[in-house]
Amino acid sequence: MSDHVELRSGVYVDSVGLMQVSRQVATTPGVQAAQVAMATDLNVEVLTGMGFTVPGHATPNDLLVALRADGEEGIAAGLAAVEAAFAALRPADGRAGGAGGAGATFGQVPSPRTLGRAVAAVDANLALVSVPGRHAAVEAFDAVDRGVSVMVFSDNVPVEDEVRLKDAAAARDVLVMGPDCGTAVVGGVALGFANVVARGPVGIVAASGTGAQQVMALLDAAGVGTSHCLGVGGRDLSAAVAGRSTRQALAALDADPGTKAVLVVSKPPAPEVLTALEGYAAGLATPVHWATLGAGRPDLTEAVEALLVATGNAVPGWPRWAPPVDGHGPGPSAALPRGRHLRGLFCGGTLADEAMLVASSELGGIRSNIPLSPELALGPDLAADGHTVVDFGDDTLTRGRAHPMIDPSLRLERIAAEALDPSCGVLLLDLVLGYGAHPDPGPQLAAAVSRARAAARAGGRDLPVVVSLTGTRGDPQGLDKTADALAAAGAVVHLSNAAATREALALLAAGREEQP
Amino acid sequence: MTTPLHGLLEQDPVVATAGAGMFAEALREQAVVVSEADWRPPPEESVEALGRVLADRRRAEANTLALQRMTAAGADLVDVRPAREALGLERGTFLHAGPPIEWERASGPLRGALVGAVLLEGLADTSEEAEQQLAAGVHALEPCHHRDAVGPMAGVVSPSMWVYELRDEVHDHTSWCSLNEGLGKVLRYGAYGPGVIERLHWMNTVLGPLLQEAVRARGPVDIKAVIAQMLQMGDEGHNRNRAGSLMLLRELLPTLITADGSSADIAEAVRFSGANEHFFLNLGMPACKLSTMAAEGIPGSTVVTTMARNGTDFGIRTAGTGDRWFTGPANTPEGLFLGSYGPDDANPDIGDSAITETAGIGGFAMAAAPAIVKFVGGDVPFALQATQTMYEITVGEHTAYQVPILEFRGTPTGIDVAAVVRTGILPQINTGMAGRVAGTGQVGAGLVNPPAECFTAALEALAEQPEA
Repeated sequence: MSDHVELRSGVYVDSVGLMQVSRQVATTPGVQAAQVAMATDLNVEVLTGMGFTVPGHATPNDLLVALRADGEEGIAAGLAAVEAAFAALRPADGRAGGAGGAGATFGQVPSPRTLGRAVAAVDANLALVSVPGRHAAVEAFDAVDRGVSVMVFSDNVPVEDEVRLKDAAAARDVLVMGPDCGTAVVGGVALGFANVVARGPVGIVAASGTGAQQVMALLDAAGVGTSHCLGVGGRDLSAAVAGRSTRQALAALDADPGTKAVLVVSKPPAPEVLTALEGYAAGLATPVHWATLGAGRPDLTEAVEALLVATGNAVPGWPRWAPPVDGHGPGPSAALPRGRHLRGLFCGGTLADEAMLVASSELGGIRSNIPLSPELALGPDLAADGHTVVDFGDDTLTRGRAHPMIDPSLRLERIAAEALDPSCGVLLLDLVLGYGAHPDPGPQLAAAVSRARAAARAGGRDLPVVVSLTGTRGDPQGLDKTADALAAAGAVVHLSNAAATREALALLAAGREEQP
Repeated sequence: MTTPLHGLLEQDPVVATAGAGMFAEALREQAVVVSEADWRPPPEESVEALGRVLADRRRAEANTLALQRMTAAGADLVDVRPAREALGLERGTFLHAGPPIEWERASGPLRGALVGAVLLEGLADTSEEAEQQLAAGVHALEPCHHRDAVGPMAGVVSPSMWVYELRDEVHDHTSWCSLNEGLGKVLRYGAYGPGVIERLHWMNTVLGPLLQEAVRARGPVDIKAVIAQMLQMGDEGHNRNRAGSLMLLRELLPTLITADGSSADIAEAVRFSGANEHFFLNLGMPACKLSTMAAEGIPGSTVVTTMARNGTDFGIRTAGTGDRWFTGPANTPEGLFLGSYGPDDANPDIGDSAITETAGIGGFAMAAAPAIVKFVGGDVPFALQATQTMYEITVGEHTAYQVPILEFRGTPTGIDVAAVVRTGILPQINTGMAGRVAGTGQVGAGLVNPPAECFTAALEALAEQPEA
């Protein structure tokens, strides 16, 4: 074993750099101990304590290199390591720093980790939360406390949290859009699932995502634009939440100079909440129209038509795309028998609600996973029973998986299954385009329709398919292209969900008449 | 009438998102400015408490107030006095760093320092006798923090030791800290040999009185102003105090050299102080203590007011939970070692000096002190990132303490317990390392984080605090 102590003058290296050099050298094979340090009293004391002999003339401005190693070879290896370590301390090519940190780029700003920090980073005026439901309130409170309105796309948020969140938001004069708010358009910007619509005079307050998309699509087809669409969350018009966000949204749209009329869109609301809101709306300067679904109330298309008339706009014929009829093509065929029951397979909850409301006046009770009354609830397997409407976007079917507007696989499986079920008389489907939705859902659904019709035909049945297609000509997926593909596959396509449902009912009735 | 929703409907949306990336992507496609949080789920056991704490309507304003008070707090050095007098410290009572601890659980360096202090006070003639007394519970042990004082490393303060006295005139608070002994074999690192005791005697009989005279003759020294300047001179105020020490000496020299003492004593006092790169640490710490004291007792606030270690436990206290400590086992720092010392020689984290990070300097100001970064075996980008990351867990930025390389951005200040738990980002602490065996002294320096359970426990307690 050999010791090597060397004094270097005129060298200065920061003590922390020297500690690093020492550590690096100490790990060199053959080296047992190493200390490279300025010869301060402390360091000399440390070295002496280690058994090294330090020259008496050393001063704190001298650099001490002390090595203990296995023979001369070890010392040589250690000295080489000292030089290498010093070289590594010097910046290369004028770049700051030595070896480079663990993935850190010089000066790179780390990503914000909370919504509040993300708001602060760009001084945001709006926040969007889509984390899993049990974490959503935390992020939303963070945004609200920074004075920012927040859209909560997440579902499965407890209703007590929703109430607390909305009260906190009202106190800070910000809006909570949600929870379970799928759609909003603010200042022309689409948030979540939303269609590309022109700016215009109609403001929308929506407790329903697909309901809002449907009315915006209809208004767009009528040539009437939207000022803003403020989502409020599917439960806002429930008794528990009592329209907290709807009130704020109505007040904001009332004050907005670009909004000349307001349309409130909702699944069936709590009657007392609706009454209170109607009273509140009566005090506003801007006329408020209601597209709040319910038995005996107008459907969404009728509500839009009423608004168009009230605002002096013409009601257009709503777009319909029919399959080519050539006798052998995929169009409705009277040559084969049909099943007796309506099967609606939806992605949009409100569209499913509306379809059930429209259909039940003719068909009676419709079984569903989102039934209009509890006794109509489907079992957990969602097995079809008579007239059935399934909402694949319901909370229970989206836990741990993407919304069917993004991941259509569950519904596609069900379409194939219905094709083999002799009791399935008409398939009523929805398809929603726009931002947030599948980038090109038409071909996949068209293929499924085609296969379903072929499978039914192979089983000796005719299976008409009607699609309610919510979209605008500005949507990235292409409204006409998608409709044409579906029609070519044999589906009748409607822009109006109510009209689609009525056509499905007519096809079902026609089938019944032909079969005694 | 003001525009509802702060004019949201009249502005171009600038959107912050947390969650599915596709929504941020869809916004970018519409040419909207988007700030996307890199959100990750918090620990399962804290989900409910986070929900309650974030829903607490007092939190936002309480934290804003805590930050405002922390940054407004002054810190003037007004006197130097024996602890007996300044702190009313009784004979036989010994203050120590960190949360409360008894002798049985005390680590080597704390035991060593206590033994040394008992010897210094003349309560025992030998270290064995001192140890027996301490083990028998003859002497009272109490955290420095319980007396509004702070002590680096072991942080042991005994009645005869002299302390700096600092005042926050804004909030009418006073804090204290012992005088720095220099580096190497010193009491605060657990050494208690004859040289250590001899130096402490000299500090009590020569250095303390001279400093007292110098401070009294000069008048208050604005320590907060020194900290603000040292951060612009490459110090971070915890493990690097070079500029601060020189500036302090500059402030004190004129009245120190004219003090009533022998020229030999004055020369030694000047040499001793000038040779000590950590001379300033014992002033920066009480200045930071005054800052965090100003935030104490704010109901609903989730801001950390104390981080301190006794060598066994790491403890924190918060603005909203009063004097209650939330503790977890102290981690052992990682870093670089003196001489032939290695990781096995290092004691777990010790000292009240994490008050610097609590107040927004030290590890939180690492970007201001690029020269220090190699303590962690990292590099300058690491230092920048350390400070920038701390903004994720702090309520705001310091108004006086700034980081030049970050465009003079204020240092991240006011650690938010809820943000720590939400992000899993733990405060970054720069620290010295004491030898784990009593009497060893310093073995190195490095970086350390608090144990996460301090923060989860504090969050639980905050979640249980009722809103009035």
